[in-house]
Amino acid sequence: MTLSLPSAPAAGTPMTTGKTARLSERLTDRLAVLWWVPRGIIFGLMAFFIFGPLFNMLLWTVAEKWYFPHTLPLQYGFSSWEKVFAPRGGALDSLANSLLVAVLTVIVSLLLAIPSGYALARLKLPARSLILLAFLIPQAFPNLTVYVNVARIFYEIGLNGTVPGVVLVHVSHGLVYAVWIATAAFSAIDGELEQAARNIGAGALRAFRDITLPLAAPGLIASAIFVFLESLDEFTGSYFVGAPDVNMLPLLLYTAGAGGNYQVASITALLLLIPSLLFMMIVERFLKADVLSRVGH
Amino acid sequence: MSAQGFLELRGIASRYGTNQVLSDIDLSIEKGEFVALLGSSGCGKTTLLRLIAGFMAPSAGDVSVSSRDVTRLAPDKRGMALVFQSYALWPHMTVSQNIAYGLKLRGVPRAEIAARVSAMQQLLGLDGLGDRKPAALSGGQRQRVALGRALAIDPEILLLDEPLSNLDARIRLTVRHELRALQKRLGITAIHVTHDREEAMVMADRIVILDKGRIAQQGTPEEVYNRPASAFVAAFMGAENLLHLSGRTEGDDFVLAAGAANDECRVPLGARLLASGEVDARFRPEAARLFAAGDAIGAAGGAVFSGQVLSVSYPGGHWRHVVRLGDTEIMADADRAFQPGDAVNVHVPAHALFLFNAPASGPATPISRAEPAKVTA
Repeated sequence: MTLSLPSAPAAGTPMTTGKTARLSERLTDRLAVLWWVPRGIIFGLMAFFIFGPLFNMLLWTVAEKWYFPHTLPLQYGFSSWEKVFAPRGGALDSLANSLLVAVLTVIVSLLLAIPSGYALARLKLPARSLILLAFLIPQAFPNLTVYVNVARIFYEIGLNGTVPGVVLVHVSHGLVYAVWIATAAFSAIDGELEQAARNIGAGALRAFRDITLPLAAPGLIASAIFVFLESLDEFTGSYFVGAPDVNMLPLLLYTAGAGGNYQVASITALLLLIPSLLFMMIVERFLKADVLSRVGH
Repeated sequence: MSAQGFLELRGIASRYGTNQVLSDIDLSIEKGEFVALLGSSGCGKTTLLRLIAGFMAPSAGDVSVSSRDVTRLAPDKRGMALVFQSYALWPHMTVSQNIAYGLKLRGVPRAEIAARVSAMQQLLGLDGLGDRKPAALSGGQRQRVALGRALAIDPEILLLDEPLSNLDARIRLTVRHELRALQKRLGITAIHVTHDREEAMVMADRIVILDKGRIAQQGTPEEVYNRPASAFVAAFMGAENLLHLSGRTEGDDFVLAAGAANDECRVPLGARLLASGEVDARFRPEAARLFAAGDAIGAAGGAVFSGQVLSVSYPGGHWRHVVRLGDTEIMADADRAFQPGDAVNVHVPAHALFLFNAPASGPATPISRAEPAKVTA
């Protein structure tokens, strides 16, 4: 029984060519290392542009004293936090208002978006794409003009300065996301799945509840989160319709920022940022690519 | 009203926009019968099935079950179960939940549901898969879950929409027989839509062949195979060799006039309704027999055509030859191989030669070329 030797370098010629090859290999290796320089710079810049402002904001939230030309705060502390969350700071009220309005907006939007999204996805409506576009109208005009007029009308019917008034404004704003995403979520579900339920004895509503709704849930959750965040962030409508009776978090941010109180502004911004980050994570988990690809179709 | 079937379709028509999908469908199906709706794609067979299931309303005609008109009844009130071509299993439910759903809807007590679901899983060979989601099953297993879900509710009528078409060829063959045996055992009335002729032949009591939304012929597998009522049916059932001939009726015989490849010959008319004039002759490759040009033809009767072998292949069991007769090419099988270029005589027995008066205009109805029929000895 003879075992072949592990492949040793053979005769002369392959050796020399092997040498030059190794040399050029080392050269390309070095070049590859050099490549990392521009890449590193680009990544570094990107990181700076993305995380720089965030880090700056975080620093501001704990800065007691910070002025030009110092790169870092001179004194750290949580006194601004105390100020913001003090009963008279208004932040807790604004936070409560913002959350209440956002939750109500989500509920109303979903109540409207589920049936309309289902109809737009399943029924062969003649003006389907026109209807879908119509939900964009509130966004098609300058916000200020729209909300000033909304405020005027709401004044007349006594909705101005009330939570329902702000919710309505936010719903008109968020409905486009809710309906579009719900339509996409329902279109992504094979109609035969529902027919299969009808076929073995489920009524129309039962089949919807047991089959279509659970399957559309990820998309609907995503749209709910989207609407929630839109509501939390919304400024113009909240300002014209809500203030000064119903104060919202973005409004607090605006007054703090305008008054030069960067600490309060940063803390408020942080409060607004947390839901966005949670949103990203949840959407990433729930929303499937095939749902996203159907948005607007 | 006395001789009424269990499931009765009368004058069904369906229209999709300007497109007439179905017209004049009259069909009477007995209890416990297994009927195959056979046709090429686009013939309306799936539309007819969905119409029976209640997913669409006919534009004319009515559907009744045990003399009860169900034409406008919602699908969930019909007591039928459809096995979808896509299986349409609910991805968010486990196998057991899929099968149990119909029973749950009927308010069956939980313990009984569990018993029936496990019995169904046992029957269909799905033991141990109850907690899996459909995505974790193979194609054959999904097909059985779909069937189990349909059978669990004890349907009066089982509708099958090409349930085997997504299966591997080998599994398909066994599932055919399992499905047929199960249907017989449970005594369910079944309507099976398929485009696979062989599948329809081995499974069904009766085959209904649809062509362009009309019933082209219905009968037992043996009837539609051996006595096709039209050129379309003959072609669909595998008689793909087509010769354009002419002839005249003479008493009980039809006399084929001498043509480019044949001498004058006589064929008994039998049940054929033929008028003198142009005829289309159709026959199956396996019905023809080949003889070397000089050899005597043993069997008497039938038609003999002379031609030349163009090519030969071995699909298994017999040799298949492409033979040129005059200016047409036909296929014929033989137990031995003739070489390309050999002069041969092709003998087609009278009973296997299907003659139809040629349509007034144009060539015969185009049909999709199904794979050549496997020869059964």
